[in-house]
Amino acid sequence: MSTRITDAFAACARPNRPALVTYHHGGRPRPTTTASAILKALPGAGADLIELGMPFSDPMADGPGIQAAGQRALKAGQTLTRTLAMVAEFRKTDTTTPIVLMGYYNPIYIHGVDAFIADALAAGVDGLIIVDLPPEEDDELCVPALKAGLNFIRLTTPTTDDRRLPAVLEEHLRLCLLCLDDRHHRRRDQVACRGRRGGQADQGAHRRCRSPSVSASRRPTTRRSWAAMPMVSWSARRCATLWPGSLVDGKASPGTVAAVTTLVSGLASGVRRARA
Amino acid sequence: MLGAEVRPVTAGAGTLKDAMNEALRDWVTNVDTTYYLIGTAAGPHPYPMMVRDFQTVIGDEIRAQMQEAEGSLPDAVVACVGGGSNAIGTFYEFLDDPSVKIYGAEAGGHGIDVENGHAASMTGGRPGVLHGNRTYLLQDADGQILEGHSISAGLDYPGVGPEHSFLHDTKRVTYVPITDKEALEAFQLLHQASKASSPRSESAHGLAQVIKLAPTMGKDETIVLCLSGRGDKDVEIGRPLSRDAQ
Repeated sequence: MSTRITDAFAACARPNRPALVTYHHGGRPRPTTTASAILKALPGAGADLIELGMPFSDPMADGPGIQAAGQRALKAGQTLTRTLAMVAEFRKTDTTTPIVLMGYYNPIYIHGVDAFIADALAAGVDGLIIVDLPPEEDDELCVPALKAGLNFIRLTTPTTDDRRLPAVLEEHLRLCLLCLDDRHHRRRDQVACRGRRGGQADQGAHRRCRSPSVSASRRPTTRRSWAAMPMVSWSARRCATLWPGSLVDGKASPGTVAAVTTLVSGLASGVRRARA
Repeated sequence: MLGAEVRPVTAGAGTLKDAMNEALRDWVTNVDTTYYLIGTAAGPHPYPMMVRDFQTVIGDEIRAQMQEAEGSLPDAVVACVGGGSNAIGTFYEFLDDPSVKIYGAEAGGHGIDVENGHAASMTGGRPGVLHGNRTYLLQDADGQILEGHSISAGLDYPGVGPEHSFLHDTKRVTYVPITDKEALEAFQLLHQASKASSPRSESAHGLAQVIKLAPTMGKDETIVLCLSGRGDKDVEIGRPLSRDAQ
């Protein structure tokens, strides 16, 4: 089993700070060049772990930002194989930053589960978050992935109640992603505490932030959570407002990568000031 | 109508699968106060089973009425198949009666050979996982779900209920594609024969299959078609037909 994820969390635990997980959608804004350049720049800008989104035609658990990103990526020709190739390319110069693929099951099913696991490991993927495979379907992908050495990360939300949580947080799983947004502000502590009581899983708390300054002012959920994953959707309009020239007509420009690294650096400095 | 708030979905192609995606998103966000009502026999368990069990009243009544009218089971049963609710409701009652031949009419759109030009999931698709079930889906080589096409909104879904996928694989039911053109011709035939009502364009696919099937069967044999709905929403299709008739 790759230890990049646990090593990254351990490195953050030493100064008692949360980890910053950035989500990047594979194939955006342009499949071969800018998307890969952004991926390469993220660790230097302060990302401790990277989630790489696999575009899917029907992202039924995602909001408008990821929906739009996925559609544009698919229109530009992004495929599962190309997303894996992005990881392989990234690994040529970075062998320590964990990469977790996030997406839906059908493209993996069509690729072939065994073939996908082998290809993902060969590319240097450390873990998977597959949104539409619940614990009841563990035999499909979770069990073979864990056996082969890929981490399998579950999703929970504040609506995951006490009856459901044990099924989600099983002993053999190390990692769990708690999805929040601002409406769940008060409930997050309860869910995070329940999570730790129910299982041994480390948790990343993913919440949406509007601007880099937010991560400094908002503490991570509880003492027991290990990562902050501010979800900032860099919509064309927001990018154009915050960083003129970062996107031109919604497409990558010479300023795009710099705009992203500025954003991430701001978030990272906020996260590094926070204490668990 | 009937007091419901209708929220149009413009994401994706704005068809049934996009509406299902949006409904699922709303449901998981508001799970404490929301019941998700799927309108077809597809989706996560137990929905396909529930919809089948509720819709099986169709098959129950066909059996009872055929017994009364003909003193026997029908020789063939036909229904149109989109997500598959009216079809599974029609078929389920007869699955264990081998003398009853069962046909599902899928949306052949512009033709089965036209890429992304139809919605015949079983004839033109392959197994995949979407919306909580493993079933036949129209998808590209990379597992991305295709939009598909049918003249009938109710058949314009790139998947099908999983029980139909099973019945296709076990060959208990024969699923056939019916093109837009064939469905329109069937629609016109029924419209002319019975000015009082028109079938939905979806049901017209089933009727087109009956028109193909009848000449191959004996004069004393019986076919039952589930006319799954009225053509109120297809008035645009019917309007030129009415003008022709005047």
